[in-house]
Amino acid sequence: MTETTFVEAIASTLARAMREDERVIVLGEDVAEGGPYLATAGLADEFGRERVRNTPISEGTVCGVTIGAAQAGLRPVVEIMFIDFITLALDQLVNQAAKAHFMSGGQLSVPLVLRTQGGAGQRNGAQHSQSLEAWLTHVPGLKVVMPSCAADAAGLLTAAIADPNPVVFVENKSLYFRRETVPDPPEAIPIGKARTLRAPERARITIVALSRLVGDAVEAADRLASDDGVEAEVIDPRTLVPLDLDALAQSVRRTGRAVVAHEAVTAGGFGAELAAQIQAAAFDYLEAPIQRVGAPYTPVPVSPPLEDAYRPGADHIYRAAKIALEWGEYDAEPWDHGAIAGNSAPGG
Amino acid sequence: MPTSALDADTARDLLRTMWRIRLFEERVAQLKRSLQVHGLIHLSIGGEGVAAAVCRQLRDDDAVYSGHRAHGHAIAKGAPLDRLMAELMGRESGLCHGLGGSMHLVDAEHGFMGATGVVGGNLPLALGTALAQHLRGADQATVVFFGDGAVQAGHFNESINLAALWKLPVIFVCENNGFAEFTSRAEHSTVERVSDVVAPYGFDRETVEGSDVPAVYEAFASFLEHARAGKGPYLLECLTFRRRGHYEGDPEKYRDPEAEREWAARDPIARFTHVDDEAARQIEREAGEQIEAAVRFARESPFPDPEIATRLVYAT
Repeated sequence: MTETTFVEAIASTLARAMREDERVIVLGEDVAEGGPYLATAGLADEFGRERVRNTPISEGTVCGVTIGAAQAGLRPVVEIMFIDFITLALDQLVNQAAKAHFMSGGQLSVPLVLRTQGGAGQRNGAQHSQSLEAWLTHVPGLKVVMPSCAADAAGLLTAAIADPNPVVFVENKSLYFRRETVPDPPEAIPIGKARTLRAPERARITIVALSRLVGDAVEAADRLASDDGVEAEVIDPRTLVPLDLDALAQSVRRTGRAVVAHEAVTAGGFGAELAAQIQAAAFDYLEAPIQRVGAPYTPVPVSPPLEDAYRPGADHIYRAAKIALEWGEYDAEPWDHGAIAGNSAPGG
Repeated sequence: MPTSALDADTARDLLRTMWRIRLFEERVAQLKRSLQVHGLIHLSIGGEGVAAAVCRQLRDDDAVYSGHRAHGHAIAKGAPLDRLMAELMGRESGLCHGLGGSMHLVDAEHGFMGATGVVGGNLPLALGTALAQHLRGADQATVVFFGDGAVQAGHFNESINLAALWKLPVIFVCENNGFAEFTSRAEHSTVERVSDVVAPYGFDRETVEGSDVPAVYEAFASFLEHARAGKGPYLLECLTFRRRGHYEGDPEKYRDPEAEREWAARDPIARFTHVDDEAARQIEREAGEQIEAAVRFARESPFPDPEIATRLVYAT
């Protein structure tokens, strides 16, 4: 095991992929300078500026260049600096990358990785803090990966580069600089395999969490055990598309209750899809409605106390778990939806 | 007689390609009216000369990207007529097994890397393929066909900047037919000539008349030679005319009868005098026979098994 950080794991994984396969190139705004978070630090020095290409601020065309290069046999990794800017590249990603293999009847394939990062917490405001991954899961043909730790980032990025399909690799900026340990050398992690972080005996609830919320889910589970004497399983799907539904459904069949948690706005978030798929697969086992944790239906505010209140975390997961655990124990007393972040209806 | 370096074989090839496109598209228009060809159909009748003159000079390992008006480019790049017709008729034996259709044709074997239904969306893809060619150090080139309507799209402006910056072996071929969908270029831009739009980026550009096939051929030949040598991007603007609507079924309320008459007289096939009459008639007859054989091939082919649609969402 080696000590590292999430961004160092990204940079070293890219370097290893470029060493092993000359078809791998990296492009994006400022990537040859290492980028604002240093996720591509050192690559230009080792591989030169032909393979590590700074691009103009032209997200749409740069994304399309990546697609055309992938169709012609390269293995490009493109960085969109903030997921908020993926809006500018969505035409290429949605209309070209996702459909090229299909529309060509299998003649073309698009082995590209689009790395980007989202998430709030740095007072960057509503245009540099969003969590937009659910949009991408709605487009057949894209794979969507959301690692929650450095080891998964390294393993999943290795798999994403080797994948013959367009893979959107969504990082969370809040995870970037924590000290973590990773296997050395890192092992490829198959896309489509969930990770179970906590599977105690006699667990009474399953917490399914994405990206930054995985650590919060473990914290909430610890508190449930210490304060309430309730054990919880914690599962990180790691990839949204394809989704390891079996792992989630098997857990919920054991526990009978579930909370799904992510940083994105709850309404229309991927948690809705998780909840729908879990209830369809484990309906007869459910003791309570599946609870969703996410951000409220507002843009991300800048002011520190407002942003802190906006971001879902361990406390929200804990309270959602309590609602699920206590379901049916009281007379039908309607609880306060607004107490759980993000449970306010759109426009309400 | 035009003075031109076209040799006899080349001239016959060009005429053959133009007739194949013309008769294919006329047949497609009929089949569309009888609902045997499916979806939005955009025809290039009157503009065949550009596709023929450009693609005649390309190899299979050169890439071509096209837009929504793509049949001619695919045919000129070598796509087989029978599988092309089968694709438009939604059959299993179609180039894309019926998953692409008229606006999303691909024939990778012949370097026809794809049509797209999103105006301007093909330009970045062409740059990417040209980047791969550049990094491999090959003498391949990429051609992207687009209309004057794409020039006002963000992707065009981003793409010409990046192609010039990276000196990519890409040749932008603009078929300027004066209309973007239903409205004239004058309603879309204050810049009349597309070749003027790219002037500040410093790459060579030329405007020729698209129905003057030898002129297109010669202008493109020079650009292709330089692109193969790694001297960067080029833009060839071909002034042409859309003798049919934007799509089959277009109400065409914007039509100007005088322009119709003028361009009918400038038809690229009619004014191509490099092949003697007898040989030209034989080329036309053979092309017609090939089109009918393609229609028979497509009709005899089954529709695809629905299972293919789920199987081809992801590559394995």
